[in-house]
Amino acid sequence: MLEYYLSLLTKAIFVENILLVYFLGMCSFLAISKRVDTSIGLGFAVIFVLTITAPANWAIHHFFLKKGALAWAGYPDIDLSFLNYIVFIAVIAAMVQLVEMILDRFSPTLYYNLGIFLPLIAVNCAILGGSLFLVEREYTLMESTIFGFGSGLGWFLAIVSMASIRYRLRYSNVPSKLRGLGITMLLTGLISMAFMAFSGIDL
Amino acid sequence: MSIISKKSKQIIADPLMGNNPITLQVLGICSALAVTLKVDTALVMTLTVVCVLSISNTLISLLRNLIPSKVRIVVQLSIIASLVILADEILQAYMYEFSKQLTVFVGLIITNCIIMGRAEAFAMQNPPGKAFLDGFGNAMGYGIILIVVSLFRELLGNGTVYGFQIIPEFFYSMGYENNGLMVLSPGAFIILGLIVWVHRIFANIEEEA
Repeated sequence: MLEYYLSLLTKAIFVENILLVYFLGMCSFLAISKRVDTSIGLGFAVIFVLTITAPANWAIHHFFLKKGALAWAGYPDIDLSFLNYIVFIAVIAAMVQLVEMILDRFSPTLYYNLGIFLPLIAVNCAILGGSLFLVEREYTLMESTIFGFGSGLGWFLAIVSMASIRYRLRYSNVPSKLRGLGITMLLTGLISMAFMAFSGIDL
Repeated sequence: MSIISKKSKQIIADPLMGNNPITLQVLGICSALAVTLKVDTALVMTLTVVCVLSISNTLISLLRNLIPSKVRIVVQLSIIASLVILADEILQAYMYEFSKQLTVFVGLIITNCIIMGRAEAFAMQNPPGKAFLDGFGNAMGYGIILIVVSLFRELLGNGTVYGFQIIPEFFYSMGYENNGLMVLSPGAFIILGLIVWVHRIFANIEEEA
């Protein structure tokens, strides 16, 4: 069983990297990856929020929204799964708010460092995408948590490596029209190619 | 006096080429790449985004004087999410095959930055008519990039366009092979990077790195 979870984790981090394979969270990836320290901050915030929202949304889907999920309340025929999107986005926004308040109370330094990024995360596609994937793939609670954590870690790795490359890139002579978005996309393509070397790894 | 005034023409045309939401404003890239494996899925996605963005812009613009500015993000998000749910249900009912292929990416229109961005930047300050045109224009600008990327990926990766064989058989018998990389995700990144480059050469735009 442990092996299975380990394989799920490596799959979420490397083989099916949420950014490099599913293109999720590109907007903040492109905007924030200019500096290494800020991308580390945002990366940690994404890991944190994904690890919390994945099991939370799993529970909500499983006990309230799924077809037949309300059987415990005496309504076995109700299918509320069309409400998935709006409920998930609300849960994510609420979680982000909650995380912000908890951090503010217990760890002001971390709050100060992550502060500006936390609100941004609510509209990061990677978070909503993670929740939608776990519904589509019918993961269990444990699988969802591992998948959420793995995806967050994969996103963290991608943005930090990108920020480091862009930092080095400052001293190279990129064609003027390719600077900014163009070269970043090409580089992401190359990183994505490198990550493809992990495909086929099965623990 | 033409039916469409010069100003409204500009609102539509501007995001198509000059101020394209993807290549210049860097918005909505997430979903722009994932659905570009084939031209037909890109077309369906474009259609969905055009509908959602024009309607959401119009609605938000109609409500702009009623929405308290403190909770405006939540109001905008719930309007957008409801429209996306509608679009998803319609897709599942009438185009089930496509809705299977697009999987989670229909739902991810909610977090597509273009929609929130246009609501915030344009619909909150402008009357419904203009907001509709702006939404339509931006969604089309997004769609054009989607379709161009998918054209290249399908042509180079499968030798087809919209399911029709374009590259003739004797090319293959002469040793031509489909580029497998285009079907995988790196192909999408590289094609979009090159499109951005070409677009910026023609539009003569530079960015501080």
